[in-house]
Amino acid sequence: MADLSKNEEAVAASEAEAVAAIEAPAERGEPILQVRDLKKHFPLTQGILFKRQVGAVKAVDGVSFDLYQGETLGIVGESGCGKSTVAKLLMNLEQATAGEVFYKGQDITKLSGRALKAVRRNIQMVFQDPYTSLNPRMTVGDIIGEPFDIHPEVAPKGDRRRKVQELLDVVGLNPEYINRYPHQFSGGQRQRIGIARGLALNPEIIICDEPVSALDVSVQAQVINLMEKLQDEYNLSYLFIAHDLSIVRHISDRVGVMYLGKMAEIGTDEQIYEHPTHPYTQALLSAVPVPDPEARAHRERIILTGDVPSPANPPSGCSFRTRCWKAQDKCAEEIPLLAIPEPFQGQDTPAAHFSACHFAEEKNVVAAH
Amino acid sequence: MTTIDKTASVPAPRDGATHDGPLLDVRDLHVEFRTREGVAKAVNGVSYSVNAGETLAVLGESGSGKSVTAQAIMGILDTPPGFVTKGEILFRGQDMLKMSEEEHRKVRGSKIAMIFQDALSSLNPVLSVGYQLGEMFRVHQGLSKKEAKVKAIELMDRVKIPAAAARVNDYPHQFSGGMRQRIMIAMALALEPDLIIADEPTTALDVTVQAQVMDLLAELQREFNMGLILITHDLGVVADVADKIAVMYAGRIVEQAPVHEIYKRPAHPYTKGLLASIPRLDQKGQELYAIKGLPPNLLKIPSGCAFNPRCPKADDVCRTDVPVLVPITEQDGTDLPGRRSACHFWKETIHG
Repeated sequence: MADLSKNEEAVAASEAEAVAAIEAPAERGEPILQVRDLKKHFPLTQGILFKRQVGAVKAVDGVSFDLYQGETLGIVGESGCGKSTVAKLLMNLEQATAGEVFYKGQDITKLSGRALKAVRRNIQMVFQDPYTSLNPRMTVGDIIGEPFDIHPEVAPKGDRRRKVQELLDVVGLNPEYINRYPHQFSGGQRQRIGIARGLALNPEIIICDEPVSALDVSVQAQVINLMEKLQDEYNLSYLFIAHDLSIVRHISDRVGVMYLGKMAEIGTDEQIYEHPTHPYTQALLSAVPVPDPEARAHRERIILTGDVPSPANPPSGCSFRTRCWKAQDKCAEEIPLLAIPEPFQGQDTPAAHFSACHFAEEKNVVAAH
Repeated sequence: MTTIDKTASVPAPRDGATHDGPLLDVRDLHVEFRTREGVAKAVNGVSYSVNAGETLAVLGESGSGKSVTAQAIMGILDTPPGFVTKGEILFRGQDMLKMSEEEHRKVRGSKIAMIFQDALSSLNPVLSVGYQLGEMFRVHQGLSKKEAKVKAIELMDRVKIPAAAARVNDYPHQFSGGMRQRIMIAMALALEPDLIIADEPTTALDVTVQAQVMDLLAELQREFNMGLILITHDLGVVADVADKIAVMYAGRIVEQAPVHEIYKRPAHPYTKGLLASIPRLDQKGQELYAIKGLPPNLLKIPSGCAFNPRCPKADDVCRTDVPVLVPITEQDGTDLPGRRSACHFWKETIHG
């Protein structure tokens, strides 16, 4: 018994320590989130009564990156590459199969209870579809104010209405709309409501999963501007997941390219867009339609053949090799590591950034403007 | 092979001898939806034309009436609540709105075909793709089931679906998004129509697959010299494939132009705003240009120019008078062929 209570005490003490660490202010220029070899495998089972695992969908298969205080990290990739699963893992909405996510030195994949709650306050999310991510039976005031029910320390009860109205004002909505329902708003306005909800708890990190892809072109720019303004005002770090490469380039400081659960290439926006060394990034960039008819004639497009392989049965070695024009025997045998490619090591060129390819080289592609 | 040759219809001569105007000529089309909340004027006087082998891109946001126009052309408008109240849709000189349902059926599918945005919900999930592709031949050409299946395989080959013969009996859910879109294209192509209307054909697809599908569409269009109406909101796709553009806003065409012209010198503030809101390299870190406000509610379209509440140039005249789509000219009065703008201040917009 004595042992047990001692144990409990120790747990409580370490939890308090974790909470203290989490609540400490983040320092500028420091990585606020460190993701190390993160994996999420969804089991595939067979049989009804006696379930046995016959395989796994490797949705995220060893992803590592840092997110710095106050920066925007863009994550791009095709559907099914695992970018949304990464978002869910960072929110701890899915339990990681392996790997660590350090938030201010605490591994959030192993936290629970009070410490996890404290982390969740600081990492918030804005979802893709503003039509389904807001409860149609709740008023805007209830939706934005709901986080306060879970974290009452942020806003005392009597203060909430005023807080919600402040938030509405911050995201550019009329504070008098507090008693309206989501269906009374347009798509762009709903996304602003989603952003206000994400801001309610003064988080440090906001994970945006395709925040503008459901919006009309003329409204997208409004929402992007709002997000940039808020980032400056509240010193937020964004993890910006999207498939629109030109928008990602506009908003991101650094960009990571994902393919089949792995990070193919990561670097600053200039390194990725102007000096891509991974063939997948090159193909992706060259496939983006450029809004300039003059470019039609003199731009080389790399048209990939086939589809993304199934993550339940990824190819051996480099997962991109089945669609790659450079693939050789080595690609089937060895998994390329995400590192600065050998030819560029120690050089001071923009091509010297992390790229997971055996035959990384620069290729001139017309990048998305 | 021989059976196929016997049953295959000879492709109709393009540019039929009886008619030498544009392939499709839409004139002053009006469509409204009569709902409980009131009458939504979805299309308010749209006119455009497409020639054989030409690609017309119809650009607009949701609710601009671009898809409704297409549905009216195809004759698949939901009636009620949708009604065509005015206008003509001339296909090879014949008004489709005056055709009987039986005549219309003969044109639809064999002469004009449509590719829908969402292939998964447009295909029937309980029928094999081979059966659905073959339906075109069974219904329109009276082929037997066996013959229709041979044709279906041939079509799947043509849109480059690998192992077509093995996959003809598969169901839509067994195909990836890009492959499903190819099946939609194959279905539209089945009877070698003169005109294809593609309603956001690649919006649901990833960029690498989008490039594959657009390439395929362009290749087939060249091969058959088809007219193509491409409905989209993506300014990038338009720049890649279109010959001419019609920009729609609140049920009207606000600007028409050849593709190269419009990107260089837009003549309507809405087009200008759309082009300016594309993130560009040299503007990184700056605020994006954003058109303020929201697209209008079709139940109460603003008086005068529908764009006036959002327009930086709006003046009193814009709030009272509806601008007409007029041909525009250079500063010195020389014609700009194919260019039209529906703005009171087009001169300032294009030359200012």
